[in-house]
Amino acid sequence: MEQAAPIISIQDVTKRFGAVVAVDDVTLDIRPNEFFALLGPSGCGKTTLLRMLAGFESPGEGTISIGGKDMTDVAPNRRPVNMVFQSYAVFPHMTVFENVAYGLRVVRTPSSEIDSRVREALEMTQLIDFADRKPDQLSGGQRQRVALARALVKRPQVLLLDEPLSALDAKLREAMQLELVRLQNSVGITFIIVTHDQNEALSMADRIAVMEGGKIRQIARPSELYEFPNCRFVADFIGKMNLFEGRIAGRENGKIGVEVAGLGQLWLPADDNGPVPPEAANVGIAVRPEKVRLRREPEADRIALRGKVNQIAYYGDTSHVFVALESGQVLSANLQNDARSAFQSIAVGEDVWCSWDPGDVLVLTT
Amino acid sequence: MANLQAHPAGGERRLPTGRAGRVDRRRVPIGPLEYCRRWWLQLIVGTTFLLLYAPIATLVAFSFNDSRRNIVWRGFTFDYYVKAWNNQSLFDAFVNSLTIAVVSTVVSTILGVLAALLLWRFRFPGKAVYEGFTALPIVIPEICMGVAMMAFFARVGWPTGLPWPLNLSNITISHIAFSFPFVAVIVRGRLIGFNREFEDASKDLGASEWQTLRHVVLPYLRPGVVAGALIAFTLSLDDFVITFFTSGPDTITLPVKIFSMVRFSVTPEVNAASTVLIIITVIATVAATRLQVPTRPDNPGGG
Ligand SMILES: Nc1ncnc2c1ncn2[C@@H]1O[C@H](COP(=O)(O)OP(=O)(O)O)[C@@H](O)[C@H]1O
Ligand SMILES: [Mg+2]
Repeated sequence: MEQAAPIISIQDVTKRFGAVVAVDDVTLDIRPNEFFALLGPSGCGKTTLLRMLAGFESPGEGTISIGGKDMTDVAPNRRPVNMVFQSYAVFPHMTVFENVAYGLRVVRTPSSEIDSRVREALEMTQLIDFADRKPDQLSGGQRQRVALARALVKRPQVLLLDEPLSALDAKLREAMQLELVRLQNSVGITFIIVTHDQNEALSMADRIAVMEGGKIRQIARPSELYEFPNCRFVADFIGKMNLFEGRIAGRENGKIGVEVAGLGQLWLPADDNGPVPPEAANVGIAVRPEKVRLRREPEADRIALRGKVNQIAYYGDTSHVFVALESGQVLSANLQNDARSAFQSIAVGEDVWCSWDPGDVLVLTT
Repeated sequence: MANLQAHPAGGERRLPTGRAGRVDRRRVPIGPLEYCRRWWLQLIVGTTFLLLYAPIATLVAFSFNDSRRNIVWRGFTFDYYVKAWNNQSLFDAFVNSLTIAVVSTVVSTILGVLAALLLWRFRFPGKAVYEGFTALPIVIPEICMGVAMMAFFARVGWPTGLPWPLNLSNITISHIAFSFPFVAVIVRGRLIGFNREFEDASKDLGASEWQTLRHVVLPYLRPGVVAGALIAFTLSLDDFVITFFTSGPDTITLPVKIFSMVRFSVTPEVNAASTVLIIITVIATVAATRLQVPTRPDNPGGG
């Protein structure tokens, strides 16, 4: 991917509220036309970072530039960005049309232009039939589309969305995820979405920044984030993960040996790109549940451990099987229910071999 | 189970029928929430209403009484309304009252809204103290307010004997002083429910501070402003105590005039004037209720 000049550049930004450090020394570049997600648990500073981009909070330290211009101290109404608020903030006393037209009226756009641009925005968000309704006559999903139309009609360089889907029910949320991606493709502007839902971020975004306690832990494409998390926090926050604590014990022709309490010595292929953990360093050993296979016999060329099935959680498409290893640790494995009878293949109390490819194991140093 | 349900009296609900097949309401046991079917509650409600409205009903009825003395009913007449209308000093008092009420309502509504916005929008040293002092005139006994106002105007040497309507200025100022806190408190109550994101959204869409106030905050406040203005209007129109201390011989208001008339005797003329006062306040209330568009709480999201 070629590196275009960033549309948003955040440099060493820190924001404090009294003693609370809401955003801690964040540096981040966002490229034009990118669908970027800020992902993190509640209270990690995502909203604060987004509000600084919109201009509602000023960073205590650091600079923010948008479209190549320094915007650190520019008022919100003078920034080429628009925001979709978590509560949607659709004005209750205006119709859908007036809501969408508001942002054009306040800057004295000619009325003929207002009409055509509002109509265009309403068509794009499939709201044209609701133009004369008041917000209290709309469903949650429709109100959210009003908030979207109202922001898009301003033709911003960047659209900011703060947890736009969290108030919708599961089915609608999935439909809106697809619609947002489609919309972003068709309008061709940068979207920055804040979410605490990892599935949302993984399925929609081009790149994701994972935040924790005001700090950015990792910025990566979704698949990279999922398969190669760079620390224990990201590994655990994104998806499910079996995590064991271990210690580097040795190194031998391209492999590293890790001593894991209760599991013995594991030989893993060394990561050529990543940092090489020093001898005797404490590391986290991680493997995703769907990479773990359950069999009656141990399999060759795979790391295999014996255990007893202790619990099965059935989810329809998959079953999550929890296996108590001989060491007492519990390992979870995902079983694809790829045939109707698949869920019967295993039962609580059975002895099984859990195995996985050494290449699927992650060695986490931080 | 059926007993736990409150069924509306006289509703379409199927009732147990007697042997003859006729519905006997008295046989149906009274549900725990069916308060309107309990005799003691009916009695309390009835008595309360009677005590509340009997004097007012009498007052209105006797304004049509064809008798100088207000004791026995002698037949229906509009005479005393005509008499009250033609009574120059009563009419002047009425005009004074309305003038003061209108000016005081406009000014105290503006002041009240500004005070509420100030207390909501900004943080400044001594805010809590300021807030307390704003609400103080609500709790200060009216008689003290009246004496204080009288003393104040005497102390500053407020000019008297000015031509109408300037001679009403001291009464109007007193009325503004005690009614704008009511407006401020009501509007502030409405502001508590204001979603700050409306304000942010407005600015995000390019509106200035002023445009945001004009197009987003004030429309949201409208029910509170209307209610506050109504309170201010009725407070001013029927205020007696404070007005009594600040009015002079040329600046009599309707309540003060009625009081001075009653000192001699309660004539049907007084009843007529009082009835007009009641009607004006009722009309103002109904109009304000109509103006107040019902707004649903702005709940975000949800199916
Ligand atoms: N206006 C504010 N005043 C004080 N503290 C705040 C304010 N806004 C946010 N915070 C604090 O900053 C931290 C980050 O908040 P926020 O950015 O809203 O997190 P998120 O959106 O990731 O849930 C939280 O600890 C929160 O309590
Ligand atoms: Mg948030």
